[in-house]
Amino acid sequence: MVRHVLARLGVTAFVAVLLGFFALPMLWLATAPFDAGASIRVSVPEFTLANFRALLVNPFAVGSLVNSAVQAGGAAALVVVLAALAAYALSRVQVPGRDLLLYLLLLMSSIVTGTAAMVPIFELATRLNLIDTHLGVILVVSGGLLPAAIFILKDFTDATPASYEESARVFGASPLQILRHVVVPLIRPGLATIAVWTVANVWGGFLLQFILIRDPGLAPGSVILYTLYTEGGQPDLPLVSAFSLVYSLPVVLMYVFVSGRYGFRFHGGIKR
Amino acid sequence: MGTDAAGLGRGRAMAFILPALVLIGVFLVFPALWTVYLGLTDYRLTGLAAAEPRFVGLDNYAAALTDARFGSSLWLTVQFVLGSAVAGQAVLGFAVAWVARGLRTPVRRAVEGLVLLSWILPGSVVAFLWIALLDRDGGTLNALLNTPGTAWLLDHPMLSIIVFNIWRGTAFSMMLYSAALENVPPSHLETARLAGASTACQLGDVVLPRIKGHVLTNLLLISLWTFNDFTPFLLTAGGPEGRSEILPVYVYAIALNGGRLGAGAAVSFLILLINLVFALIYLRLLRARNAPPTAAAPGGRGPV
Amino acid sequence: MISLRGLVKQFPGGVRAIDDLDLEIAGGEFLALLGPSGCGKTTLLRTIAGLETPTAGRVGIGGRDVTALPPGRRDVAMVFQDYALFPHMDVAANIAYPLRVKRVGRAERRARAAATADRLGLSGLLERRPAQLSGGQQQRVALARAIACRPRAFLFDEPLSNLDARLRLTARTFLKRLQRELSVTTVFVTHDQGEALALADRVAVMSGGRLAQVGTPAEVFQRPLTTFVASFIGATPMNLLPGRAEGGALLVAGARLTPPGPARGLPDGEPVTYGVRPEYADLSFEPREDGFPGRVGVVENMGTALLVTLEPAGGGDGPLVQVVVPEEGGEPALGTPAWAVPRTSRALVYREGRLLGAPVAPAPASAEPTA
Ligand SMILES: Nc1ncnc2c1ncn2[C@@H]1O[C@H](COP(=O)(O)OP(=O)(O)OP(=O)(O)O)[C@@H](O)[C@H]1O
Ligand SMILES: [Mg+2]
Repeated sequence: MVRHVLARLGVTAFVAVLLGFFALPMLWLATAPFDAGASIRVSVPEFTLANFRALLVNPFAVGSLVNSAVQAGGAAALVVVLAALAAYALSRVQVPGRDLLLYLLLLMSSIVTGTAAMVPIFELATRLNLIDTHLGVILVVSGGLLPAAIFILKDFTDATPASYEESARVFGASPLQILRHVVVPLIRPGLATIAVWTVANVWGGFLLQFILIRDPGLAPGSVILYTLYTEGGQPDLPLVSAFSLVYSLPVVLMYVFVSGRYGFRFHGGIKR
Repeated sequence: MGTDAAGLGRGRAMAFILPALVLIGVFLVFPALWTVYLGLTDYRLTGLAAAEPRFVGLDNYAAALTDARFGSSLWLTVQFVLGSAVAGQAVLGFAVAWVARGLRTPVRRAVEGLVLLSWILPGSVVAFLWIALLDRDGGTLNALLNTPGTAWLLDHPMLSIIVFNIWRGTAFSMMLYSAALENVPPSHLETARLAGASTACQLGDVVLPRIKGHVLTNLLLISLWTFNDFTPFLLTAGGPEGRSEILPVYVYAIALNGGRLGAGAAVSFLILLINLVFALIYLRLLRARNAPPTAAAPGGRGPV
Repeated sequence: MISLRGLVKQFPGGVRAIDDLDLEIAGGEFLALLGPSGCGKTTLLRTIAGLETPTAGRVGIGGRDVTALPPGRRDVAMVFQDYALFPHMDVAANIAYPLRVKRVGRAERRARAAATADRLGLSGLLERRPAQLSGGQQQRVALARAIACRPRAFLFDEPLSNLDARLRLTARTFLKRLQRELSVTTVFVTHDQGEALALADRVAVMSGGRLAQVGTPAEVFQRPLTTFVASFIGATPMNLLPGRAEGGALLVAGARLTPPGPARGLPDGEPVTYGVRPEYADLSFEPREDGFPGRVGVVENMGTALLVTLEPAGGGDGPLVQVVVPEEGGEPALGTPAWAVPRTSRALVYREGRLLGAPVAPAPASAEPTA
């Protein structure tokens, strides 16, 4: 009995510490953006929306959100389309060397990280005139995300019975019609997963964008956050806090939406 | 599979695969190969060696391996991976997953929601949250611990980034272990409990053997990701005096900041090799079906 | 109507799922394709549809060689075992899908889908998704979709196997009536022989990628051409007993039998297999020279009749013999000595697995339109 009570107490204490540990850093994000005297300190805010107004007049803040959206949206579109085509073909057609190809793709995508390849990626982008372009970010990021995306989508397609497609085929549908009418609607949850996963990756990504974009007018939110300094060379905290909140909201909302709709299946961004 | 259900045919199948392969080839495979080449030159960002890089053989590797800064960086990386991934995220993630099973739904939601939120928030925002938390003058932590004036990021840079990374990455382990624990039949735990086994015994005898594959997968993946994580740069920029300069930051510092692209590429290649070891073990597990399909994509965090 | 000549399908692994098969199916005919699991029924159907490319041989539909045509241009409709109703489309859209592919206008599509649905009793369900339908309703939607494109032939792959026993009977009757009304050539795959005998104009029994016998249900049931067909067809399997010819009679399992017509005049010592259905033998409790001796081992009540299994009298390991007796006589006590007396006119004699007195070719391949 005593042991039981102690155990319960232990669990309660653990949960309390846990909640504290994970909530503590977030307090600042909840209070500082609305605080007239925003600083590092977490305080009961002197409520104001002035910080958000300041954001509007900042030359790069709003633009950077647009840049983030363009880069994330562009990469998501590219990854979804290319991964879907490749995954479908790999799932349904016995392309020679398919298994080896999939294995190598998976291997490559796990070892060639931004960290390990930043030098050549910078070099490559420079030579292809992709520095300071949205396209550069989109292409580089997509190249890195595609193998995993193909893998996940192939899982989805493999799990779809072929009889749907065969049925449509007997009725005379062409391969492209089958793809449009049957396959895409059937693997829509998979496509949504990939889209969300790509957007989250690009939206939160820092290193590649930091390397590839020099022009603050083209930089995404993750990079612009580090340029919000006062004239004294200190981070402009009211601005930083307000921007952090605005910049975080889209991804958080997206996850809430997706988890409400499909259930939270994002292990490492991966379903199941 | 392999029945061409839609009548695609080989040609069209190839046409479907090719665009993705081209993109992957150009922006993933080619950079990896180029790393190997660049690592053998004295290529620089500016100056004479930028125009005409010379082939210098293994000089960069020799230089790196004898460079005290590289050695210390490697050692810091080992600490970072062992401390924040293996000892931190994996253990805490399991503890949360285990404890959460017994919690009432609202509490469970709150715990899991918070842990997930810390993982969902963009890295650069999270870094600022921690800068605010750990600040010397007005930081919440100092106010809480009543230790005004302690500059955590300066005095304990490694500890700071380790705790930071635990905070940031525990969610993945938690989710993976939650899924794994769902596969442990409750009847087995009941049996053990009825037999009077303590929690520790239950874990050792009933749970662990069943989730071995998950544990291994988790350790491999989070180690791989932590090893390649650049986010600590946003907290400490490797400082002070390189005391938190883990390998990714080191590469950035010497290559893109210091302009020694060749030397940076050489270190990048070493990182690639270490990644390769992790990935090969992981794919072996995946093939032997010992690993859960969960992480069908090790690149789950993307290349960033 | 459908004509298959020298058809071979060999899968990459080396499996010969169809092995040099010839078959003619007449216009409007309902052919049931029957056989044990793995004998190649589905493969044959898919080859007719064009979903599999034959390794050798030709497929003709409606007098046209379609071997090289893709499935969509063969003008056939196929109903899959899992129905393959598109889960993201409602019933109306599912039924209208073949028309959509043929670029029929939206209004006409709707109208024709509604008319077809009406005919199959689906009018109230047009807005539902497949997941919101019962198994029987799904099956009818699949039929409606097949009908809607007015094909020249229907191909069904075990369309009733996902229904429960009662519903299956209803759906079977429904299907037969529909096929009569439309009089569209139909190939119907099943491994349920009751279904095959009940529905089909002709039954094709397959084994190991070949046709073992093609004939009317009565022919296949009464005169199975091989011991394989004999043992496969029938609610209770045929008694197939080894024996030999001697002095103008047949010695089989302890009985001395008069051979049926085609088996007369066999040389002495010739080994044969004597076949008689349990329904075509009588049980005698008096010793009979022309009866298989044994003891009542098992009695199974089949509702209107009893199935009695005789065990060898000495308890040795001779063959078991089964007899169907009317249940009015009451159940015989276990262990009672009894004799199973075959009716000679119904008995079949096989030599080397083939029926004596049958035409030389094992499976007549010519079309015999019966409808
Ligand atoms: N795609 C394929 N690749 C290789 N072998 C196949 C393939 N499809 C079928 N087979 C083989 O061909 C043979 C015939 O298969 P088929 O599906 O036609 O049998 P079936 O008569 O329809 O059986 P069932 O009654 O179980 O549906 C089997 O041995 C099967 O294993
Ligand atoms: Mg079949």
